[in-house]
Amino acid sequence: MTQLPTGASASGSLTATTVTLPGHGGDTIEAYVAMPEGDTRRGGVVVIHHLPGYDRPTKEIARRFAELGYDAVCPNLYSREAPGASPDDAAAVARSNGGVPDERLVGDVAGAVEYLRALPTSNGKVGVIGHCSGGRQTVLAACHLDVDAAVDCYGAFVTGIIPPNLPLKVTTLVDQLPELRAPLLGLFGAEDSHPSPEQVAELEQLLTDLGKDFEFHSYEGAGHAFFAVNRPSYNVAAANDGWERIESFFARHIGG
Amino acid sequence: MCTYLTVKDGVEGSAKGPGGSWFRVTDVTVYYDHPVHAMAEHTLNIDFSAPAAGPGARVALELTAESAQALVAAVQKALDAVPVEMLS
Repeated sequence: MTQLPTGASASGSLTATTVTLPGHGGDTIEAYVAMPEGDTRRGGVVVIHHLPGYDRPTKEIARRFAELGYDAVCPNLYSREAPGASPDDAAAVARSNGGVPDERLVGDVAGAVEYLRALPTSNGKVGVIGHCSGGRQTVLAACHLDVDAAVDCYGAFVTGIIPPNLPLKVTTLVDQLPELRAPLLGLFGAEDSHPSPEQVAELEQLLTDLGKDFEFHSYEGAGHAFFAVNRPSYNVAAANDGWERIESFFARHIGG
Repeated sequence: MCTYLTVKDGVEGSAKGPGGSWFRVTDVTVYYDHPVHAMAEHTLNIDFSAPAAGPGARVALELTAESAQALVAAVQKALDAVPVEMLS
């Protein structure tokens, strides 16, 4: 059993609310914050939501981190395009606009990291996690920001080849990987095609060549989005093992 | 899989949207990706929208690939049956 960090409330009690914080360019953006009960010093986690938006399942992930003993914040990356809109409508607008520009993503995550470190409960350490498009954005953020741990859950287009004529403004992160400045945990489905096992192997080789601190796990029988409890892709065994690895990884790098 | 593949176009017509109100649609976005609601890992998603009226002015469809192909065929069949002089 994974030992809970010192910030965890034995009862699992927590509070969650919506705040605003300064994002990229000083823009005010919305964010969902979940915090354990009590004033024990603890680490913080930035949860980067997936392309489908700042939705209920992502907020559940933020609350789970609070239950595990971390202050968690999930910035609404679509605050500018569609303030106050329902998550799926906001995601539709963002997708139609070509997605979230990388520079803006880094600025918004930087705002969330600063918010966490300024909390009276902060131990100064912050981790970042994202699934799907958020997985790629987690790696991106860890290449540009001083964070203490990063978890990439099946992020596509970190390596590989971007299909031509792609309307979304996305590039691989190969040229940015030398700047990766945090230990990286990667969790992937062996049956996934975005990222494919070959793309994961390419990333593994690049990080090995660069001498980076990383740990990858690929689950046989699991496809993309195996953590998503509300989708047919949910894979209990992979998700349970993945959560245990996340708990252990964060306890090691941002706990205490 | 997140294909990120999105096809956009302009359209002219109306749709019955949120709250049961009709509104004029100006844009359509088509993509194959995770659905929000349909019980399938991936679906062909179509958003009819009017961005000028805000993010909520949207009618969304999430169809399995097979259903989307059937829809394409049905639309084509219906249009093929229309006399040319009526297609304007």
